[in-house]
Amino acid sequence: MSEDAQKEDVEYWRWQEYHRVFSEKKWKNKDVITAGVDVGSVGSKAAIMIDGEVYSWGVMRTGSNSPESATKALDWAMEGTGLRVNDFKYIVGTGYGRVNVPMANRAITEIACHAKGANYIWGPSVRTVLDVGGQDIKAIRCDETGRVTSFLMNDKCAAGTGRGMEVFADLLKIPIEDIGKVSLSIDKEPEPVSCTCVAFAKTEAVGLLRKGWSKEKVLAAYTRAMAVRMGNLISRVGLEREFVITGGQSKNIGIVSRIETILGVKCLPTPNWRENGLDPMVAGAIGAAIFGKALYEKEQKS
Amino acid sequence: MGTQTVKVVILKDGKVVARGKGFSGFDPANSAKQAMEEALKAAKLKPSDLSHVTATGANMSLAPKADSTISMMGADAKAGVFLFPKARTIIDVGAEEARAVRCDERGLMAEFVVNERCAAGAGAFIEAMARALEVKLEEMGPLSLKAERASPINASCVIFGESDVVTLIHRQESKPEIARAVFDAMADRISSMVHRLGVNPDVALLGGVAKDVGFVASLKRKLGLDILIPEFPEFAGALGAALIAAGKAERSHK
Repeated sequence: MSEDAQKEDVEYWRWQEYHRVFSEKKWKNKDVITAGVDVGSVGSKAAIMIDGEVYSWGVMRTGSNSPESATKALDWAMEGTGLRVNDFKYIVGTGYGRVNVPMANRAITEIACHAKGANYIWGPSVRTVLDVGGQDIKAIRCDETGRVTSFLMNDKCAAGTGRGMEVFADLLKIPIEDIGKVSLSIDKEPEPVSCTCVAFAKTEAVGLLRKGWSKEKVLAAYTRAMAVRMGNLISRVGLEREFVITGGQSKNIGIVSRIETILGVKCLPTPNWRENGLDPMVAGAIGAAIFGKALYEKEQKS
Repeated sequence: MGTQTVKVVILKDGKVVARGKGFSGFDPANSAKQAMEEALKAAKLKPSDLSHVTATGANMSLAPKADSTISMMGADAKAGVFLFPKARTIIDVGAEEARAVRCDERGLMAEFVVNERCAAGAGAFIEAMARALEVKLEEMGPLSLKAERASPINASCVIFGESDVVTLIHRQESKPEIARAVFDAMADRISSMVHRLGVNPDVALLGGVAKDVGFVASLKRKLGLDILIPEFPEFAGALGAALIAAGKAERSHK
């Protein structure tokens, strides 16, 4: 088989599933061990906290069955920790599939969880959170405790979402984890594509490729259009610093740098999640686990 | 000069004498030229016999040898009122765009609403869903009429709709119910556009999607009204442009 023919089978949209355990931390039975499970439309994330400190997490693709995806994500976060489901004092489900998290004591919306998680990851100075998920984008305002003060959401449209990015990764045959870098490897930023609808933008992109545009330039034009869309949502909710981006697209440097240019504001840097930093894609699950601790403590008091 | 097909209508003394049609493809100007030649041949006319040519549609600027142009809404209003003299609400659903036009009592365009930036409100949506369902586009309508209810799908976005359809197929949901959900969702969008203009009991539906029995059934249900549909709905825009051309030719004749 030729190399090109083999490439046809590559799933360019497929991103890396992984888990992390901070093994220097040790848990004891008396600790308040909580978990947050964020079942998104595209990714399922689970985070485990010990006494309010992140201990481990797992990130994987959501399958067609929400309860199963929730179980798998939590199992993965537990892998190598010696923890069993019974050890959790409280589990909170969140995300698109939050009502389908079988082991959860409670479900909380992902908007509240993302603000709380961002407050944990970046600290109390965070006031605006842009969460770019697989199926929707949310611009969230919060106070110094991570409590939501207002938000705006764009759902029911793939433009600007992670799913829209996957469609383009597949179309241009560029691995999803490289698209940010590739979109920036151009001499001059092209005009954004005129269509926001992903279906029409695809047609427009094919036309541009046929006209002789490079893949990089087409990707830059599309990424730009999506960043403009996200920028509009943030402007509508009102931008207050500090500003951070959570969700899968926080890892897309092409999106992040363009939003910064459009808004004229730097966002707090994405932690180095590949090494020892917290993953902004897990912000919702972390927020859910924090709520879990608070809810458990409240139960103990009453 | 539509995004997907080009249509030509030739009028002689106010009556349609010929039609021509072709795919827009990569060279809409050339497709238009061919469709025009086909129509001229059918009418047994020479290009020089045409007193005036008016172009409309998304690619109207590419129309060869056009003497004038008219907006798509203007063409819709003209054709809708010509075909159905009492109609004051004209809907046009094409491949990539949907429009609703309200006319005043004289039949002149008063107000319009356009859905142009989202594939979920246009023919492209039915096409994408037909592909996902693995049925022919023409089969979607008849298939949907067999449904007793609509399946729950995310029918507000082509991209999400495609993945939902795949999931439903895996769950062995019935195709008619998925097809019905597609049309219901489109009809929802179009009817909300119409409601923004204020509904008038005589509603005409133009554009290629008007040929789809599934969409028409869903739209009738949503609007709670019967809908007037011409014999050749996809030629309505071209007809409107031809009527405008006839008016211009007459005025220059006087």
